[in-house]
Amino acid sequence: MKIAVASGKGGTGKTFVATNLFNVLSGRGEKVTLVDCDAEAPDDLLFFEAGKRDEFEVTHQVPVISKDACTWCGRCSSWCNYNAIFYVPTAKVIEVIENLCHGCGACSFACNSGAITEKPVVLGTVTSFTTSAGSPLIESRMRVNEMSPVRVIKAAIKEAGNEGTVILDAPPGTSCPFVQTVDTADYVVLVTEPTPFGLSDLRQSVETLKTMNKKCAVIINRADIGDNGVKDYIEEEKIPLLAEINYDPVIARCYSEGRLITSEDDKIAGLFASLADKIITEHGTGSNKW
Amino acid sequence: MKVAITSTGNSLDSTIDQRFGRCAYFVIYDTETGGVEILPNPNRDAQEGAGPASVQLVASRDVRKIISGEFGMKIKSLLDSLRIQMVVYKEPEKTVQSVIDMLKK
Repeated sequence: MKIAVASGKGGTGKTFVATNLFNVLSGRGEKVTLVDCDAEAPDDLLFFEAGKRDEFEVTHQVPVISKDACTWCGRCSSWCNYNAIFYVPTAKVIEVIENLCHGCGACSFACNSGAITEKPVVLGTVTSFTTSAGSPLIESRMRVNEMSPVRVIKAAIKEAGNEGTVILDAPPGTSCPFVQTVDTADYVVLVTEPTPFGLSDLRQSVETLKTMNKKCAVIINRADIGDNGVKDYIEEEKIPLLAEINYDPVIARCYSEGRLITSEDDKIAGLFASLADKIITEHGTGSNKW
Repeated sequence: MKVAITSTGNSLDSTIDQRFGRCAYFVIYDTETGGVEILPNPNRDAQEGAGPASVQLVASRDVRKIISGEFGMKIKSLLDSLRIQMVVYKEPEKTVQSVIDMLKK
């Protein structure tokens, strides 16, 4: 099964939960893969000793317009939904604004005079690693100056395949990168914090997931600070509360030094193990038999 | 010469819109004939590329100069290639009419 760990708000502990969940399952010898879907700032790899296995580039096709063949009909520009073809016929200017292009190919289709060819543009890379515990870790990494990580995320999730448990560490926010990540997930774990900001973004995430018919549950991180807003909200929405993790400087220090608390503290390792068991027994799919 | 002024409303008494690509209206003033055309900006709520699309719109009206509070990063080179002058005028309180009066002088 695929479990997405997401949040809405940044800095709530998605990577903390995703890496430690992966660590306990991997430590038990289970078939588990971690995919770092935060292609704009991937950092899951920091927590593991891992060897690189494979790497490939993710590209999309952008148009190249021949001014000689162009009949200045304007169809390509008017078909473009992203304002990526700058077209001023009176000045004989037609230009592709590459970082607005989504690579959809509509302009090539619209052109009746054969003036448009396409060329690949690299959007990012997908790199596969194997951790010292023998589990695959797949990292999506977007190229600097590109506008959207969506295709890179999609390629990384595809690379992970469907065997065993696949944990998707989602990007923050609730826009396209988030949607792309949770779209393939069987279950979504929303990590939040008990603050008005945490609640506001949790609400947005839940509303987005509702439109996608995705099942979700909540983990409240740093549960002993802040207010009761998140708890009241999830009670009202009947969203299961998977776990509460209290603020602990030992956890914070361990995380900030790039180490995994579940390798150092049996009690927290136990919490993550029961968390994984709960999700997999209640919501697991056929691919989870081990 | 035609000059585009970004406007918050569809009259000359409206104030200057501080954004170029996502302004509410373009007031196009012809310095030779004194004629005025007011265009609603269809790119106002564009998800992406409002700047280039707005350049395309005013360039198709043969505008040679644009007056606005701010211009986005993507459009400088486009305006250069079309030889359209960009004038930054950060006066959110001033009306479009007051800019036209200055152009008349």
